[in-house]
Amino acid sequence: MKLSIQINEGPYQHQASDTAYQFAKAAIAAGHEIFRIFFYHDGVNNATRLAVPPRDDRDVSAQWTALSKEHDLDLVVCIAAAQRRGVMDAAEAKRQGLDADNLAEGFRISGLGQLIEAGIQSDRLVVFGA
Amino acid sequence: MSVKKFMYINRKPPYGTVYALEALEVVLIGAAFDQDVSLAFIGDGVYELTKGQNTDAIGQKNFSPTYTALGDYDVKKLYVEKESLEERGLTLDDLQHLVWEDEDDDWAEKDSIHLVSRAEMADVLDDQDIILSF
Repeated sequence: MKLSIQINEGPYQHQASDTAYQFAKAAIAAGHEIFRIFFYHDGVNNATRLAVPPRDDRDVSAQWTALSKEHDLDLVVCIAAAQRRGVMDAAEAKRQGLDADNLAEGFRISGLGQLIEAGIQSDRLVVFGA
Repeated sequence: MSVKKFMYINRKPPYGTVYALEALEVVLIGAAFDQDVSLAFIGDGVYELTKGQNTDAIGQKNFSPTYTALGDYDVKKLYVEKESLEERGLTLDDLQHLVWEDEDDDWAEKDSIHLVSRAEMADVLDDQDIILSF
């Protein structure tokens, strides 16, 4: 089955991103295709590369980066939600005249249309959080 | 591209969290994709449609006027759960009067809001392809 995933909550405060991560791994292991993973609301905070969790805790952002690398996943961060919350890639930071960017490897920033398209193209859209 | 039935479920009050506002942003962007769009308002989500909202004292943007634009985006099926209104002491009269213009009927203005019972809402949701819950 072709699946897409929407993640609506940030890391650590809420378990939604962890559960979505486990779900994505299990779905891939079961032979399903992940068309896209879309980060919305505070879910965009999963895409920061500047989080430094304690050593004995999981690194939510790094987990996504690794899974993306391993399975060539399309991790999309909503640009409108990301701009509100200060999640920027280098190009967007430059465009906004900011002195820093923080988007983790494996993520890309794009529009809400990517979420709608994921719904159209996938057999199922599974929403985590909110 | 195929046409799917998209349902946006609104369950949160308009202020206090950003879910309602960012849900509306998805609906407006999604309208450009020519899909079969419906919205459901359940629980505290019914507060999103109340008229006379004034946010001056809380420093939040009053985005309730945006709902009146939905008809122009061809978003014309807003299902409001009757029990959710009643549980909060609200009636249809407490909500904004939202309409869309029917081009097949000489641009007659028609009501966008459909009051449905909890049981009917279940049937409406069962009929959807994609459900986005906010």
